[in-house]
Amino acid sequence: MRYEAPTTTKDAVALLSKTKGKGQVLAGGSDLLVRLKGGFVEPEVIVDIKRIPAMQAVSKTASGFKIGAAVSCAQLGENSALKKAWPGVVEAANLIGSDQIQSRCTVVGNLCNASPAADSVPAMVAAKAKAVVVGPKGKRTVPVEDVVAGPGKTTLKAGELIESITLPARKGKSGDAYLRFIPRTEMDIAVCSAGVSLTLGKGGVVAEARVALGAVAPTVVLVPAAAKAIIGTKLDDDALAAMAAACEAACNPIDDKRGTVEFRTEVAGVLAKRAAKIAYQRAGG
Amino acid sequence: MSGVHVSTTINGDAVEFVCQPGEVLLDVLRNRVGLTGAKEGCGTGDCGACSVTVDGRLVCACLVLGAEVEGRAVNTVEGMANGNQLHPLQQKFIEHAALQCGICTPGFLVAAKALLDRNSDPTEEQIRYALAGNLCRCTGYDKIVRAVQAAAKDLAVDATKPAAKKKATKKPSKKSA
Ligand SMILES: Cc1cc2nc3c(=O)[nH]c(=O)nc-3n(C[C@H](O)[C@H](O)[C@H](O)COP(=O)(O)OP(=O)(O)OC[C@H]3O[C@@H](n4cnc5c(N)ncnc54)[C@H](O)[C@@H]3O)c2cc1C
Ligand code: FES
Ligand code: FES
Repeated sequence: MRYEAPTTTKDAVALLSKTKGKGQVLAGGSDLLVRLKGGFVEPEVIVDIKRIPAMQAVSKTASGFKIGAAVSCAQLGENSALKKAWPGVVEAANLIGSDQIQSRCTVVGNLCNASPAADSVPAMVAAKAKAVVVGPKGKRTVPVEDVVAGPGKTTLKAGELIESITLPARKGKSGDAYLRFIPRTEMDIAVCSAGVSLTLGKGGVVAEARVALGAVAPTVVLVPAAAKAIIGTKLDDDALAAMAAACEAACNPIDDKRGTVEFRTEVAGVLAKRAAKIAYQRAGG
Repeated sequence: MSGVHVSTTINGDAVEFVCQPGEVLLDVLRNRVGLTGAKEGCGTGDCGACSVTVDGRLVCACLVLGAEVEGRAVNTVEGMANGNQLHPLQQKFIEHAALQCGICTPGFLVAAKALLDRNSDPTEEQIRYALAGNLCRCTGYDKIVRAVQAAAKDLAVDATKPAAKKKATKKPSKKSA
């Protein structure tokens, strides 16, 4: 095994694509180094992306925000402009692990680890985030929900890595929120979770919405029917009940000691309702 | 496997070492540098016994590769005392009996210092959240929280004494560790 710390994306891609065996990107290492220790991965080369300047910053662009793949979740929490525009994405990222983990973990690592319970992913999916993928054949941009194929599996091709995540610019009255259920107060894996992003039109009526659920299916799921249930409403009880029902219908969770199928399904709807209310309030509704 | 040559700063001293590519910082500190303060409780980021800071940011040394600290500044529990004078946190941990077996103590001290460097007057809730990544199987946490509160008070008194040497509170650098 080799350790490499390239200083450009191009060099990182070259290292990944020219290695005979498996190349593995190292961001914060909070998933990778645990798996390495457990002997679950044996990469030929570890490509540390934290020395690549293009991946180290959060920048405000004409089309929104760009989050470099090496930016830690702690740094996201310290970025007031990002927090103001996308409080739900930042609160989801800041729920990952302890302060020790926050110093290191990244939202891209959270996404590429491909756990159905990854906390930042439902919030990013609700926010319509996109991943900028760079590989031997050039650059492509894909919706975050298309990056994960199943538990532990991504759609990234050999030699590809994610350089950054983009979030759209916020318009008018908009807000987002993320909630998860865990049996403890911190340091636990989501039993189920919900991310909601919405934009209000005239008179506080929801004009646009996106609802995503975590830990209730093999991948994070976007639930268009749940969004439809609240669009055109002011989140009255009927609309929220219809949204919860749509969420429940989208659930296909596992049954384990942390939560039964019934429990996860019902709580997913409850969390979506609560997250929608918070997002609505943040939007100024 | 060829070794990786690393030049870094540990507790203010320039240090060089050669480690294996997959070797974690915790093993480098303990087995190559001779700093055994950071402990291995779990090796998987859950217990915080291995807490150190890299460029001012609190991390689990078991989840950082030794090779990653090239050119960075690492601080461990060994660097907390000023010569023979214990850091107020260390002093208060003793006075409040905030330890029994002591395995978790270096990690708690480093994590608590990282908190106080950033927030000199934390609430009990903030202390408990900031230390959520550190597990203790002996004390039940209350004594640890009381010790951190007492140390924060002590540091605040120190800071108002004009003659007292003010400790520069280092802001974490923008680089992620
Ligand atoms: C104690 C502890 C608590 C945790 N708590 C939580 C929690 O509450 N919620 C939660 O969701 N997760 C949690 N996790 C899991 C983990 O911290 C997160 O998934 C984290 O976001 C991973 O980010 P990272 O940068 O550390 O990823 P890494 O470990 O560096 O990488 C993870 C995977 O993604 C790949 N990868 C990373 N960056 C890229 C890139 N740019 N392009 C392509 N592939 C890439 C890596 O090769 C690897 O396969 C916890 C982990 C620990 C150890
Ligand atoms: S040994 Fe590093 S967190 Fe437990
Ligand atoms: S004093 Fe024994 S684990 Fe904390």
